[in-house]
Amino acid sequence: MDAPHKILVLDDDADWLELCREIFAHLPSSPEVRTAASSSRALAMLEAEPFRLLICDLKMPRMDGLQVLSVVRRRFPQLRTVVLSGLEDEEFRSRAYALGVDLFWLKTDMQRNSKMFVDCLESLLGRDEDGGFRGIQSKSLMDIIQMECLSRNSTVLRITRGPLVAKLWLQDGEVIDAEAEGACGEVAFRRILAWKSGTFENLPPEPGRPRTINRPINALLLESAQTMDENANPSSETQFISASHRKTMWKLSLLTREGAEFVVAVPPEGLGEAEALGTQATEQLAAWIRHAAKTAKKLGEKIEAGRLSHIAGHNVEKQFLVLPHGEKSFLVGWPPNTTANLLLEKSKKLTASWDS
Amino acid sequence: MGFLKKLLQGFRSRAAVQQLPAGSMTVDRDGLVIVTTVSSTYPKDLLNEIGDDVLSLFREARAAQMPLAEVSLHFGSLRITARELRGGALIFLSPQTAHSPTTN
Repeated sequence: MDAPHKILVLDDDADWLELCREIFAHLPSSPEVRTAASSSRALAMLEAEPFRLLICDLKMPRMDGLQVLSVVRRRFPQLRTVVLSGLEDEEFRSRAYALGVDLFWLKTDMQRNSKMFVDCLESLLGRDEDGGFRGIQSKSLMDIIQMECLSRNSTVLRITRGPLVAKLWLQDGEVIDAEAEGACGEVAFRRILAWKSGTFENLPPEPGRPRTINRPINALLLESAQTMDENANPSSETQFISASHRKTMWKLSLLTREGAEFVVAVPPEGLGEAEALGTQATEQLAAWIRHAAKTAKKLGEKIEAGRLSHIAGHNVEKQFLVLPHGEKSFLVGWPPNTTANLLLEKSKKLTASWDS
Repeated sequence: MGFLKKLLQGFRSRAAVQQLPAGSMTVDRDGLVIVTTVSSTYPKDLLNEIGDDVLSLFREARAAQMPLAEVSLHFGSLRITARELRGGALIFLSPQTAHSPTTN
């Protein structure tokens, strides 16, 4: 009988390590679970004996997880790596994937979707050692889907773009279902393909998933490419008006779905006009957003408080959130009864979808 | 000795890492800090600047027909929460650490 695979868990939280040890020891393949509370200890252990999988936190004193991963990538290229972090920042996810990690998982998600997490770990532990490339840095989502379909794979592609998460179900090289931004089927598929950037990961296949997409993949990709071309280069005024009307309708439905009262999107000064939905006071609000963003940025630099994440505010009638996103700044108005804890997440979701 | 003293003085005079303000303060409608619990070692001019900027946010929001009762600025390492107080403001300065990260 083969010796069980060895997993090394690196985290500076002793209680978390104990919890992980208990959970991972009960994986179906019964791996041997070892733990390290510091990066230097983990690297020493990796030098001393072979491990199959490293599960690593990101925020740690002295040497953080990203530093460890970059060392591991050079010194132990065969080692599978998983990031298990509490940091919900998309930048960390991108940086971790850029370092070639196999999986990025949030600690909160691990507790919520423990079954899926366990499946992913099992899949990583069971994968053949000599085969497979990691890190597709310059391929579009269309290329990735085509590759999966050409190799007749069955998998679930989980695509993340900022706070937005979408899923594509592939069965024997055919796209059978999609979910994105509250939509499903072909509508969701088209929305996903319109995303310009993001990260993706392969999850284990779900053979029992009901089929909602019946058209062949080539027809779907061709149609999506044509739509994107038309939106990018409207050939006539009518087409342009129709595309812009569709976009406005889509934004309105987004606003209603999320439960926001209004949105004002402000480009940098001199680079176009503010755009608003749900309010008439576009110019006044745009002026305030510009003032607030400028004042906060200047103040942040002066007192060395770091990058501005967002500005929140409220009065008796509404709650507000100013959020920088890309080059634009957004002001999102919410009803006063919206749960304060969800405001940031919901606003991020809304602004990320705005220009997609 | 003289050489070492000069060298050490050079090190001391280099810009130190700016400490983040922690505590609360009350500013009147003219931006004057009336009372504060922020450490006295924290530069007064920066505290005044925080007060002025917060008041300008309230003022400009009123001008935009969106009067605010409270506003919070969430920076990577500091949260500034301000409540409108009859033209002035009550301001809370909370440095953010790994144990109390920035949230709503």
